[in-house]
Amino acid sequence: MSDLPFRVQPQLDDTNRFFWTSGEDGELRFLRCGGCGYFLHPPGPRCPVCGGPELTPEPVSGRAVVSTFTVNHQPWVGEAEPYVIAIVELVEQEGLRLTTNIVGCPVDEVRIGMDVQVTFEHQPPVWFPLFERVPA
Amino acid sequence: MTDFERRSIISGIGQSAVGRRLNRTGLDLTIEAALLAIDDAGLTVGDIDGLATYPGGGSPAGAGFSGPGTPEVQDALRLELNWHSGGIEGPAQLAAVVNAVMAVGAGLARHVLVYRTVTEATEQGTGGRQGIGTGGGGISGSMQWNIPFRAYSAANWLAMNAQRHFHEFGTTREQLGQIAVTARRHAGLNPKAVYRDPMSLDDYLSARMISTPFGLYDCDVPVDGSTALIVSRAEHAADLDHPVARVEAVGTALRGRPSWDQFDDLTTMAARDAGAHLWSRTDLTPADVDVAELYDGFSFLAMTWIEALGFCARGEGGPFVEGGHRISLDGELPLNTNGGQLSGGRLHGFGFLHEACLQLRGEAGERQVAGAEVAVVGNGGGPIAGAMLFTREA
Repeated sequence: MSDLPFRVQPQLDDTNRFFWTSGEDGELRFLRCGGCGYFLHPPGPRCPVCGGPELTPEPVSGRAVVSTFTVNHQPWVGEAEPYVIAIVELVEQEGLRLTTNIVGCPVDEVRIGMDVQVTFEHQPPVWFPLFERVPA
Repeated sequence: MTDFERRSIISGIGQSAVGRRLNRTGLDLTIEAALLAIDDAGLTVGDIDGLATYPGGGSPAGAGFSGPGTPEVQDALRLELNWHSGGIEGPAQLAAVVNAVMAVGAGLARHVLVYRTVTEATEQGTGGRQGIGTGGGGISGSMQWNIPFRAYSAANWLAMNAQRHFHEFGTTREQLGQIAVTARRHAGLNPKAVYRDPMSLDDYLSARMISTPFGLYDCDVPVDGSTALIVSRAEHAADLDHPVARVEAVGTALRGRPSWDQFDDLTTMAARDAGAHLWSRTDLTPADVDVAELYDGFSFLAMTWIEALGFCARGEGGPFVEGGHRISLDGELPLNTNGGQLSGGRLHGFGFLHEACLQLRGEAGERQVAGAEVAVVGNGGGPIAGAMLFTREA
């Protein structure tokens, strides 16, 4: 068991397992269309842009920019406040976003537009993709 | 005009007791509201041939959120129905009303009882407000993309929309706070509102932080209560001894991605589409609106509705509400005249419908907006939204 603060676990299935376990080798992956190159998130059965059926998990750089964030103070569970929840946009594609946490940086230093990099928190069986500030 | 909307009126309204921890069942509150609405509509229980609710029974969204489903209400009143519907997917809480208006417009029903019931205050008990998914166990579906990051509540999700709005447009907490402070002032004129003591902008700013930029008074207050209304064929207006709200238009569009984090414009979300759609279905314009009852589960949502419905340009919601003058009872856009959900209580969308009807009927007492002829209601926010426009028919 982990000593890390509680996280709700996603229920893994054949559609989402690749995403939630991708961090095992340090890489963040999204489904990518073999026809047009579009990154698809959340995962689905067809490319919503070209309709192509050939979707395979493909690593991305893990570099992203903070689109927006909030510092949560409310003790919903009561063991990690205050903490930063953010929506980040991956550099590979406009609009390719994740909700995540910004870690490793004082909560009052997080800014919209900040460059961040993925880091993984392993709470078996999931590697949660979190993001930390890229040193200037 | 042949659009389906204008074949319907809201012939009657009813509301149960409203309060913190009434310790009554949802069905009990619902029947109280329903019988008031049926009587107000000049009808008897036997006249009701349609039934609709949001979100329907058994929603997993938390204790006290659902209220009774249509089978329980049908059986409790022994209704004989030609049409019935309950469900959570659609243009927010207004889905139930829009469905009823469509049923009447299509000729499936003549008088539809529509209700929304919450017992969240009683179910919450003396504990704090609960987050989603905090009970443990795995999570699936769309919530898997935010709950694991301790984004347990709409307070967190919408705080991020607000933060983006602050960043792009320079919106401030002092501006946002005017929505809460003005609502409190209006609540002071509503005997059924739960928070009626005066609140200053300083009170607002000094309250504890929930999720930046939202403080405590940016969040609505759970209550118990049921609101019911009767959607009737427009011809029924002639049989009534009081004015009614005629349905003018609905806004039900959703064009952005229906997701908390994938929607294209994080500063507006779904209200943008519902608002634009509403005005595409009527010859009236934002300048015609006398009263605005706009969803304020969080203060910021009312601001997004003000922009989405075209009362100001995108991004100008902050300056629009600054100082609170425009949104006061004697302002150009009286907003949430019953105190909204922020101070009136979280009747979850239907409190705004009830208040819009009272205003159009001239029955809003001390908080009556003089000469109110056109009222707009916005429900929801984030990735789901619906809007309706009503006119007074004497």
